[in-house]
Amino acid sequence: MSLRSPLSQARGLGSAKDGVGHWWAQRLTALALVPLSLWFVFSVAHYRVADYGTMLAWLHNPYVAVALVLYFIALFYHSALGVQVVVEDYVANEAAKLTLLVLAKFFHFALAAASVFAVLKIAFGAY
Amino acid sequence: MAQLTLPKNSKIDKAAGKTYKAPAGAKNVRAFKIYRYDPDTQANPRVDTYEVDMDACGPMVLDALIKIKNEIDSTLTFRRSCREGICGSCAMNIDGTNTLACLHACGDVKGDVKIYPLPHMPVVKDLVPDLTHFYAQYASIEPWLKTDTPPPTRERLQTEEDRAKLDGLYECILCACCSTSCPSYWWNGDRYLGPAILMAAYRWLVDSRDEATGERLDQLEDPFKLYRCHTILNCSRTCPKGLNPARAIAETKKMLVERKV
Repeated sequence: MSLRSPLSQARGLGSAKDGVGHWWAQRLTALALVPLSLWFVFSVAHYRVADYGTMLAWLHNPYVAVALVLYFIALFYHSALGVQVVVEDYVANEAAKLTLLVLAKFFHFALAAASVFAVLKIAFGAY
Repeated sequence: MAQLTLPKNSKIDKAAGKTYKAPAGAKNVRAFKIYRYDPDTQANPRVDTYEVDMDACGPMVLDALIKIKNEIDSTLTFRRSCREGICGSCAMNIDGTNTLACLHACGDVKGDVKIYPLPHMPVVKDLVPDLTHFYAQYASIEPWLKTDTPPPTRERLQTEEDRAKLDGLYECILCACCSTSCPSYWWNGDRYLGPAILMAAYRWLVDSRDEATGERLDQLEDPFKLYRCHTILNCSRTCPKGLNPARAIAETKKMLVERKV
């Protein structure tokens, strides 16, 4: 129950003047993920039966390492943006929404950092 | 969570529905199953069944509703005015789709004709939803011409090409069929403007005579006001006037990208 006028309720806190960056980033990462995902899936399928040494050699290739880093960054950035939208859509409770948004962001940053670190560790490591 | 189930006192009481039989001798009988809610009683909503002799009834769903109200049950409450699809009053959910009762032929419905109020809106009575917030949202986009240049002594001129940009936008009658068919509007209607209002906003964004385009875009650029639209396209599918609010929203998003990159 509120005695605020309908117009006041409709205006709410006003415009955040934000959102186009999110929208654009989601589309750009989607675009980048088309070739990167195809390359990743075909590569993994190709090396499916390879032994440990072959995989290490593959990951030592600088082109492969750079592509993998790009792939993981685009993937987790895109996923973070998408999960954020899902939470904003479906979680109405403000406290729960904020908690989930923060956790999702931390989770995606952690996954991205771990993935990139793993690739670099192998790429720069002895072989 | 988004409200996926109705609160207890809004659930339909299946046992309470009444049936009004067709008069004896009627040959062409159709059953209309209509959502009933009376705020003056403590009772839950129910669905009443009205059997109508279609040989003595006009072709449209609105004709049947008026016949029911006049001849069978005068307590049935619904909005209607022009009966020709120009006022937008008789918007309701017919046969599972939001549409105007006056433009929807009974013959296009298979089986019983099921009629409910517009989805996910507070119900005032029977088929009358509370559209206060919807209208307030319309007012919030300031749907009028805004200029800083002093008014000319004659008409504000517009090329034929610029005028053509308003076609498919100005015809909207604000019946709210599209907004109330949109899941994003169901879950976040308190902040999301919804397809009808966003199309009205776009109508002023592309008006060549308007001088407040940038401010209008500022007001729309918001994760909730605009970007809850995920191109589900229920709006364009349900519009009884055949308009395309989804395209107007997509064009608005393109304008926002255009001024940024």
